[in-house]
Amino acid sequence: MSTMIDVRGVSKSFGGVVANHDISLKVPEGGITGLIGPNGSGKTTLFNTIVGTHPVDSGSIFFEGKEISKLTVQKIARLGLLRTFQQTHIYGQMNCVQNMLVSVPHRKEAFLDIFKKYPPEVYERADELLEFVGLFSKRKLQAGDLSFGQQKLLEFAMALMNDPKVLLLDEPTAGINPTLINGLIDRLKRANQELGITLFVIEHNMRVIMNLAENIYCLAHGELLAEGTPESIQNDQRVIDAYLGAH
Amino acid sequence: MVKSLFFASYGVVLLLLSFSGAFARRRATTTTIYVAILMLGLLGPMVLGDFTFQLTVLWMMILFALTWDIMGGQMGYNSLGNIFFFGAGMYISAVVQIAVVYDVAEYTASFGAIQISFTEAQYFTGLMLGMIAAALGAVVLAVLLGSAVFGLRGPYFAIGTLGLALAAGELVGTWEYVGGGGGISMPVYPGDPDERARVFYFLIFTASISTFLFLKWLYSTRFGLAINAIRDSENKAEAMGIHTRRYKTVAWSVAAFFLGLTGAVFGNMVGFIEPLEVAFPTITFGIFMVAMSLLGGKGTLWGPVIGAILFHYIKELTWAHLLGWQWVALGTIIVVNVVFFQQGILGWIQDRWPEKFGVMVEPGAGDDGGKSVGAELGKTAP
Amino acid sequence: MLDNLNLLIQAPVLNIQLLLDGVLIGSIFALAAYGLALVWGVMNVKNLAQGDFVIMGGYIAYWFTKQDIHPILALPVAAVLMFGFGWACYRFIIRRVIGKDLFISLLATFGLALVVQQLLNLIFGSEVQTADAGFKTRFLFDGQVTVSDTKFIALLLAGALAASVVVFMKRSRMGQSIRATAQDARAARVLGVNTDRVYAFTFALNAAICGAAGVLISMIWNIQPYYGIVHSIRSFIIVVFTGLGNLPGVIVTALGLGVAEQFSGFVLGAELQVASVVCMLVLVLIWRQIQQARLRQVVE
Repeated sequence: MSTMIDVRGVSKSFGGVVANHDISLKVPEGGITGLIGPNGSGKTTLFNTIVGTHPVDSGSIFFEGKEISKLTVQKIARLGLLRTFQQTHIYGQMNCVQNMLVSVPHRKEAFLDIFKKYPPEVYERADELLEFVGLFSKRKLQAGDLSFGQQKLLEFAMALMNDPKVLLLDEPTAGINPTLINGLIDRLKRANQELGITLFVIEHNMRVIMNLAENIYCLAHGELLAEGTPESIQNDQRVIDAYLGAH
Repeated sequence: MVKSLFFASYGVVLLLLSFSGAFARRRATTTTIYVAILMLGLLGPMVLGDFTFQLTVLWMMILFALTWDIMGGQMGYNSLGNIFFFGAGMYISAVVQIAVVYDVAEYTASFGAIQISFTEAQYFTGLMLGMIAAALGAVVLAVLLGSAVFGLRGPYFAIGTLGLALAAGELVGTWEYVGGGGGISMPVYPGDPDERARVFYFLIFTASISTFLFLKWLYSTRFGLAINAIRDSENKAEAMGIHTRRYKTVAWSVAAFFLGLTGAVFGNMVGFIEPLEVAFPTITFGIFMVAMSLLGGKGTLWGPVIGAILFHYIKELTWAHLLGWQWVALGTIIVVNVVFFQQGILGWIQDRWPEKFGVMVEPGAGDDGGKSVGAELGKTAP
Repeated sequence: MLDNLNLLIQAPVLNIQLLLDGVLIGSIFALAAYGLALVWGVMNVKNLAQGDFVIMGGYIAYWFTKQDIHPILALPVAAVLMFGFGWACYRFIIRRVIGKDLFISLLATFGLALVVQQLLNLIFGSEVQTADAGFKTRFLFDGQVTVSDTKFIALLLAGALAASVVVFMKRSRMGQSIRATAQDARAARVLGVNTDRVYAFTFALNAAICGAAGVLISMIWNIQPYYGIVHSIRSFIIVVFTGLGNLPGVIVTALGLGVAEQFSGFVLGAELQVASVVCMLVLVLIWRQIQQARLRQVVE
C-alpha cells in the first residue's frame, strides 16, 4: 500500500505561536487515518498546511510522491486532495443540485469547456450522490437554507462529486445530531470502500474515530504525541494525560 | 407635452415587458416578449424622433447595468471602475478612426482646426475598424488590469478599480497624443443629423440587445454557476479546484468587450471626446452602473434591465423638474436605495414570493419531476 | 520634467522647501487618515466620504472668513458641527449598513460623498477657495525657503488635536469602550457596552477630526467641492499601507505621502497632481497584493 500523504518535519508558526512543530506522519492509500488531540493542539493548522492554505515554515509534504508544499490551494485540489471545513463552506445562494454541479472535477477543464453546459451524466451523478447522503428530497432547496447538519452532508457530497483521491475531513460529526452520526460513519466507510477514497479525519468524538480509523495520530501542543491502532492509542497513557491535562 | 407622454409611456411599456420577461416561464411567452421589445426598440426613433438621443442613452444604460452585473451581481466582485473600459474604447476608436486618413498627433495638436471630411466609405470603414479595435483593445486591457487587481477582494477591489478609472481619466488628460485635457473632436458624420441620430441609436440598441442575449446564454453554461460559486464562497471555490482566476478574467473581459464597443459608438455620437466628462465620468456614470443594478436587483438577468429603465427615467425627471438640484436628488436616491433597499426590486419580489422564481422553500414539497436546474430567476429560460 | 529634476539636483535648497512643505501638509493628512482607520477598525466601515467631511470643515472656515472672522476660530466650531453631522449620518445611514455586506457600506458612504459634493457645489460654487489666515511668512536660508507661519501653526494645531484624541482614547470611559468594541464587539456588548452608542460616537468623532483637518487645509492650502475624493484617496493610501492599529505608522506614512506629493508635483507638474495620488493608491494596492501573495493570501 503506497503512501498518499507523506508529511515530513513540518513546522508552522503564526507570529510567536508555534502551531505545528516538526510533525511527520503518513497517510496510506485506501485507508482511513485519524488525527486526534485536545483543543489547540494544531490539528486544523496541519490540515490547512497540507492543503496549501499557507506556506510551511520548514519541512515538506508529499502527495503521491510529489512535493506539494509550495503549491496553491487550487493546484493541490486539482491533484485530488480535498478537504471539508469545520464550519461548513457551501454555496449559499445556489440550490443543492447546483452546488453539486459546480463541484465537478476541474483538473481537466480546458478553456473552452467553460462555455459548455453540463451533460446529463453529470446531473445523474449529482442526483446519485445527493441520494447517497440522504439529501435527494431537499435537492432543490437553497443551500443556505439547510440546517447545519444538512450542510455538512452537502459539503461531503460535493467533495465526493469532485472525485478526490484523498479527503481531509475536519470534524465531520461535530454539530450533528447523535442519532444521525451512525449514518454518517456508515457513509464515510462506504465512500472509502466503494469509491476507494483515502480518508484523513480529525475527530473529537472518540467513539467515532475508534470505530472508523485504522491508524490514528495524536497531536498535543503542536507536536506529534503518539501513533498507533485505535486499541493502542486508547490505552496510551500519554494520550490519556494529554486529554485530561495532566501535563 | 404630448411627446413627453409618449416618451414616458415608451418607458412604461418597456418596463412592463421586462417584468413579464423576468417571470415568464413558457417559451412561447418569452419569445413574444423578446419580439415585442425588439419591435419597441426598432420603432422607437421613428415614433419618438425628438427623443432619439434619450432613447439611445436608455439602451446604453441598460448595457451599463448588465455589464456591471456580470462582475458585481453574479460574481460578487463589485467594480467601481468599469467605466474605464468605456473610456478606453472611446479613445481607441477615435485614434483608429482618425489614423485611417490622418496623422493622429497632428490632428489632435491642431485642436479642431483641421476638419477631416470623410467620404461615406472612409467614415464607415473607420467606424467599423474603430469599434472592433475598441472592443478587442478593451478585452486586452481587462486581461492586463486583471492581473493588477484580482488579488483584491471586496471593498479593496472596489477601491482599486475606482482608482484605475480615476487614474485613467487624469492621465489621459495629460497625454498630448490624444489631445490631452482638450480632448478630440471626432470625424464629422457624412449625412444629415436625423439619419446620424438613427444610425447611432441602432448601433447602441444592437449592442445592448446583443449583450443581453449573450449574457442570457452565458449564464446558462458552466460559467454561470462557476461565477456564482465564486460569489458565494471564493475560498470554497478555490478549495474545490475551480480555476477562479480564469473565470474572473473572462467575466471582466466580457464586460470590457461590450463597454469598449459602446464607448466607441458613444464618442462618435457626442462628437467630441473629453477625458473627464465624456470618456471617464467615474463618479457619475461609473456609479450609476452600480446603482441601476442594485435598484433592479443584482445577480439576476432582468434586474439590471429593470433598474436601468427606472433609473434612466428618474434621472430624466429630476433633470426636467429639479434643475440645479438634480445631482443631489440622484445621489440621495442612490443612498436611499443602498441603505433601505439593497436587494433591489427583483430581490424584494424574490424574498416575498420565492416560488415565482423556482426557489423551493418548503422542504420536501414534492418532486417537481424534472432535472431543470436553473429555474432561478433569469438564469435560464425553460 | 527633466528640467525640473535637474533643478532639484542643482539647487539642494529646493529639496528642503519641498520636504518642509510636505511634512507640514502631511501632518494634516495624518489626521484624516487616523479618523478613517478609527472608523474602519471599530465598525469595519470604509468611509469613502472621508475627504468630503474634510472639505466640509474647510468650507466652514471659509464661511468664517467671509464673515470677517479669523478662520482659526472656526476650528472648534467645525469640530462641533461636524460631530453633530457625523452623529446624524450614523443614525440615518451608517447604522443600517453596518452588519451588511462590506460593499454596501462602501457604496452608502460613496453615495453620501456624492450628495455632500453636490450640495457644497450648490451652496458655495465650484471655484477653488482658501480661508485666508493672514499670518506672516518666514524666510529661511537667506530667503530661499519660505515657510508661512500659518503652516507652522497648522502643524502645532494638528499635533495638539492628535495628542488630545490619543489621550481621550486611552483615558476616557468612552475611549475605552471604543477600544473594547473594536477588539470584540460581541464581548463588549455582553459586558454592558452600548455598542450602538459607541459606533455613533466613533463616527461622529471621525467627522469632527475631519472637520478640524479641513479647517487647517483651507488655511494652508485650498478647497473645492470636488476635492473631497482626492483626500479620501490619500487617507486610504495611508491606512492600506500602514494597516490598522498603528498610529506612529500612520503619522510617518502620512508625512511621507505629503513629501512624495510635493516632489512629484514639482517634477511632474501641477496637472499630474491628482493623477499621481490616484496612481499611488493603485501602486499601494498592488504592493499589498504582492505582500499577501507571499503568505498565499489575498487582500481582504
